Amino acid sequence: MELAFKISTAMKDVPTHYCPGCTHGVVHRMVAEVLEELNIRERTVGVAPVGCAVLIYNYLNNDFMEAPHGRAPALATGAKRARPDLILYTYQGDGDLASIGFNEIFHAANRGEKITVIFINNGIYGMTGGQMAPTTLPEQVTTTSPDGRDVSQTGFPVAVSEALATQATPGFIVRCSVHDGLHQIQTKKLIRRAFQNQVDNRCFSLVEILSTCPTNWGLTPQQSLEHIRDNTLQHYKLGILKSPEEV
Amino acid sequence: MTKVLMKGNEALGEAAIRANCRNYFAYPITPQTEIAEYMVRRLPEVGGHFVQAESELGAVNMVYGAAAVGERVFTSSSSPGVALMSEAISYLAGSQLPAVLINIVRGGPGLGGILPAQSDYFMATKAGGHGDFRLLVLAPAGVQEAADLVMDAFDLADKYRNPVMIIGDGMIGQMMEPVEFREYNTPEGIDRSYANTGAKDRPPTIVKSLFLDPQQLENNNLELLAKYRLMEQHEIRFEEYAVTDKMDVLVVSYGMMARICKTAIDELNQEGHRVGIVRPITLFPFPSSAIYKAAARARKVIAIEMSTGQMVEDVRLAVRGRRAVQFYGRTGGIVPTPAEIRQQLLKLIK
Amino acid sequence: MLIQSVFAGFGGQGILRAGQIIAYAGMAGNLYVSWLPSYGPEMRGGTANVAVVLADEPVASPVVSTPSVVIAMNRPSLEKFAPMMQTGGKLIINSSLIDIVSERDDLIQYQIRANDIAQELGNPRAANMVILGVFQAVTGIIPDETVEEHIRQSFAAKPQFIELNIACFRHGKNSISQSGINA
Repeated sequence: MELAFKISTAMKDVPTHYCPGCTHGVVHRMVAEVLEELNIRERTVGVAPVGCAVLIYNYLNNDFMEAPHGRAPALATGAKRARPDLILYTYQGDGDLASIGFNEIFHAANRGEKITVIFINNGIYGMTGGQMAPTTLPEQVTTTSPDGRDVSQTGFPVAVSEALATQATPGFIVRCSVHDGLHQIQTKKLIRRAFQNQVDNRCFSLVEILSTCPTNWGLTPQQSLEHIRDNTLQHYKLGILKSPEEV
Repeated sequence: MTKVLMKGNEALGEAAIRANCRNYFAYPITPQTEIAEYMVRRLPEVGGHFVQAESELGAVNMVYGAAAVGERVFTSSSSPGVALMSEAISYLAGSQLPAVLINIVRGGPGLGGILPAQSDYFMATKAGGHGDFRLLVLAPAGVQEAADLVMDAFDLADKYRNPVMIIGDGMIGQMMEPVEFREYNTPEGIDRSYANTGAKDRPPTIVKSLFLDPQQLENNNLELLAKYRLMEQHEIRFEEYAVTDKMDVLVVSYGMMARICKTAIDELNQEGHRVGIVRPITLFPFPSSAIYKAAARARKVIAIEMSTGQMVEDVRLAVRGRRAVQFYGRTGGIVPTPAEIRQQLLKLIK
Repeated sequence: MLIQSVFAGFGGQGILRAGQIIAYAGMAGNLYVSWLPSYGPEMRGGTANVAVVLADEPVASPVVSTPSVVIAMNRPSLEKFAPMMQTGGKLIINSSLIDIVSERDDLIQYQIRANDIAQELGNPRAANMVILGVFQAVTGIIPDETVEEHIRQSFAAKPQFIELNIACFRHGKNSISQSGINA
């Protein structure tokens, strides 16, 4: 009988701790499949964030180091500079990357570090229990914006990818989403390009992925996916914001 | 090897290169920026890697990354910059990664000043970051010793898989003295099995300090403690100078301050007084036993520092109440002169 | 033998370089040496000084509190360091820029018109070498050739200035018999 499906060898066959409907697992699997397809798992080192994905090293089957909150791009920089033959990727949420770690991501991108960044944007602090993030949508209710995010006091959602894309340094900066099958297929292709860029020693690559947090959004898994389609996409445009071919 | 006249900061960098370190990440801050200026020229000559980081946070986390892939790496900074680094220093210790950190101390607190001080003793020996950990801390008293200790620091970091801090002051960074770099060979058999080098033909390695299970975290911390106990058994270093029986005064002082004391001590001893000094070279582990023994041979004991009194606490613990331990210090970047120290010692002698 | 010297002046007068040449030459002459500059914001156009210690045994304190030799390239340097000097210390005064001497009568003072001499020889910026010549004459523990060799090395990147600087050094060295006011 022909084998129709098997789990990626870059994925450990263990249950995850993620909540029902969380899309971390979907993106983990895409990363694992790309590592396998590009045949780079054995020379890949991941940098784990602080946040819900802190235990990513329990699920992906490649070497990992664990970063202080927000500093993953700096760790990846040091590792990649010291060992250019390794493939370095960071996997960071929006509190980690867009708030406490904005300086690290901005300068890693601007130096053109040959690393790959997987940026999970679900607009909330998941692990600490649903606080407002810089990426939280206007009027969105969180535990630290109980009356909805007031943009007159807290500003508008931070557009990290646009900010990085405005810099002159060549890079691959894209935003995509995993709220339905079609978008998931596109997302995996972009993740693959982001790793291929590093294999080719081409440029810094960042893939921002609009994701869900059903638990802290107070929605069902299905409602969460619809929330991305109906609300999140109004604030975050999908597409390739910058690619090395342009420069 | 021939003697060369070098600035302390440059000698620190050159010694790191000769210790086969090829990775250096840093952010400029007076009075140690010459290290970066030296390394940016020197590292490419040996195939090394330098990044001027976006901040001290960036720099020390780059160190963390390079250490995690199993490469020798160091950074340098000065007091406020080192304080900013304390986050990742704690992670380095918790993850049991080897790295060398250089603090060329300037006066604080706050932005403080840029002149020499020893006011980071507490930070280096007790509070290098959050959590239950220690740094191995080496305090050179001259350019030659600084170069020697940098080489030792890399070996010690590897031996204990623990960050090692070299603590000097602005003087040691800025002054020039003759230095002769010794022949160096990296010890054989350094265990790099912890490193992230790619999971080829082996299970993945995970460099981490997260242990959500309290028992696992306690086990990890006890493992760290066992290393610190080993350091206390094997790594204590100090210098004794003019330590004799029936001393009028025993001085305890470290780093450049100890050399200033020595000039005053030489003068006093030539005049027939009996003053000796114990100079801790390792600040952690601290040479408590040597100080205890020397203190027993002196009428009076004084700790002298360029601070308002930090190491003196460890001296008092070391002496265990056997003598009252006096203190003299200047702070804010004021360097006590030999004449000033002489006056202070004369007061104790009389 | 222990020479605890301070070279002091404005930033830009070549004080640190003069001290460095002596430190290098001292090391080449098998002496123990240390060169400890003042550093900080004052270096940009303000006062600059460096403590140079030359000794026949290891240098204990590189910090000099009671200098045995002081080079004062400007008046603030003289006012600051002359009172700190050892009895019998040698005070070398750049009289092109300093119109006073120390009131202390327990010092040996030398006045030399360093800027004027350097100007006459070709470039006033070489005043530091004139005064270094005086230092050499009054200390005399390093062979002249060794000091001159390190002057040459110090200016290796600007070889067109070597001869001028050597000339200034020699002039300073040969001029002190006429200029030592208490000698």
